[in-house]
Amino acid sequence: MTSRETTAATGGGIFHWLMQDTMDGLRRRRAVLGYLFLLPTLLGIFIFTAGPVFVSFGLSLFQWNIFKPPDFVGLENFERLLEDRRVIIGLVNTVKFTVLAVCSQVSIGLILALAVHRINRVWLRYYFRTAFFLPLLMSGASVAVFMGYIFHKEFGPLNYYLTLLGIPQIPWLTSSDLVMISIAIISAWRNMGFTFLIFLGGLSNLSQEVLDAADVDGAQGLRRLWSVTIPLLSPQILFATVTGVIGALQVFDEPYIMTRGGPGNASRTLVMVMYEHAFKHIEFGYGSAIAIVVFLMILVMAIVQMWLWRNRVFYQ
Amino acid sequence: MSTSVTRMPGDVSTAEHRRQVVSHQLGRWIPLMILAIMSGVVLAPIMWTISTSLRAGVDSFTVPPKWLPTDFAWENYAQVFETVPFARQILNSTIITWGTVLGQLITASLAGYAFARLEFKGRDLLFWIVLATMMIPIQATVIPVFILVRSLGLFDTVWSLILPATPTAFGAFLLRQYYLTIPIELEESALIDGANQWQLFYRVYLPLVKPGLAVLAILSFNFHWNEFFRPLIFLQHENYPITIGIFQLQGYMMTGSISVVLAGVVVSLVPVIIIFLFGQRYLIEGIMRGAIKG
Repeated sequence: MTSRETTAATGGGIFHWLMQDTMDGLRRRRAVLGYLFLLPTLLGIFIFTAGPVFVSFGLSLFQWNIFKPPDFVGLENFERLLEDRRVIIGLVNTVKFTVLAVCSQVSIGLILALAVHRINRVWLRYYFRTAFFLPLLMSGASVAVFMGYIFHKEFGPLNYYLTLLGIPQIPWLTSSDLVMISIAIISAWRNMGFTFLIFLGGLSNLSQEVLDAADVDGAQGLRRLWSVTIPLLSPQILFATVTGVIGALQVFDEPYIMTRGGPGNASRTLVMVMYEHAFKHIEFGYGSAIAIVVFLMILVMAIVQMWLWRNRVFYQ
Repeated sequence: MSTSVTRMPGDVSTAEHRRQVVSHQLGRWIPLMILAIMSGVVLAPIMWTISTSLRAGVDSFTVPPKWLPTDFAWENYAQVFETVPFARQILNSTIITWGTVLGQLITASLAGYAFARLEFKGRDLLFWIVLATMMIPIQATVIPVFILVRSLGLFDTVWSLILPATPTAFGAFLLRQYYLTIPIELEESALIDGANQWQLFYRVYLPLVKPGLAVLAILSFNFHWNEFFRPLIFLQHENYPITIGIFQLQGYMMTGSISVVLAGVVVSLVPVIIIFLFGQRYLIEGIMRGAIKG
């Protein structure tokens, strides 16, 4: 059916206005279609993402558990936060984890990408890319379960090989000093595939002209790496770092499954504390206050990311 | 061959020459060694998991660790299904994951098209707002969504996970990029042939962004199959997905055989491995697009 026929078949009114067989009519139809097509996404985001953020801020000002109706308490929840030992420990553990995990996954990912980039044989490149990428697809839950056994103090394969080297059994997951480091190692094991891919993509986009110019200027080997290649990769390094930090600040699955936050509170993270208050003790107000803290930390990183991103959109 | 030596100027002294050859060889072999070791570090735990899942209970933590299956104790896999309602959990995961993927494909293919190819007031502003919501972490929304889901009577149903995950800013953004790559001339000729606006979308554009739909479907499938935090909050008992199943298995088996737990882990990895074998290209493309172009 052509649009001329549709116009003829319809009467006047809003339908006519919309179906008019003119450029104006076409423009109107396209605009209405645009709003219609966006409706499910916009409505959904409003109901399930944007709206709830504001509600979370509101809830953080109330004391509310299932037994009592909500009670406005102003900033009391935030005052309680500052003196809550578990929250402070959770924050410290989360920051410790974030620094360790992000530093290792970015630096290892970078080394791996630089090395793979030098490999010429296609099948070898493919093999390494595949190997480093595989853990990224696994769930945090499954990785946490098998790594929990591998890092077991008495029976774990890791300590077995370390004792062969003369190192005494290390209490990876049972020592308060080590547990966050171990979880960071395990998390980096999974996530370095991501940073690796980002860097490999960045390397293959590097302008060969610049690298050749560096060659002519006599920059070779490690010097070229330090003063040419790595600075040229700085957008990717920043991106991998910011994304890594945003992910790491939300760490939950691995410590929840491997150690349940223990020993003691040594691996309790901020999101775990939030989960416990909101969904174990059903304190929606206080849980929201902790959620707001997580949100603000991520927001700072997200703003950094948006800012980087804008520049990239303009330069490319 | 490593004969780049010939590129060197003729007047280098032999000592200097030898030094350069050595450093050239080191530059070749050191990266290869690093890669060999690191790929071992990455693959060894996975190998150990698979082979231990097939070992008889008494040998699960055998010393020295064995890297290949020895017993082929398939009964470990049967025991997984006896210890936790694993079949039900696999079904739950399947329903939740496919439901979310389908919902996302529908909403994102519409929204991406509107952002890429339709002109209307406020489009760019709306696009930036949608992009900005990508930065909102789940923790900042989960409590109000929980209250909402409970008041709608959807708590402990698959809808409590599917509905909130269906609108996807990332998907809309990703597909917009694919729509933008399609030449506009195609649209003009379709309009001249008498296609209406819906046909233009459904018959002309949608088939051409199939690779984008595949990327979104695979990324989304992988993400939601692996979810742990939301199911823990929104579901209970028999409605739990497989990720919580292996967590329960680990809890019940504290004193039992870890081979059974690892058998559960291996089962949960099956769809992931399938994606990995057949959709790796799409996954990598999706990650790269998410990262580099946006």
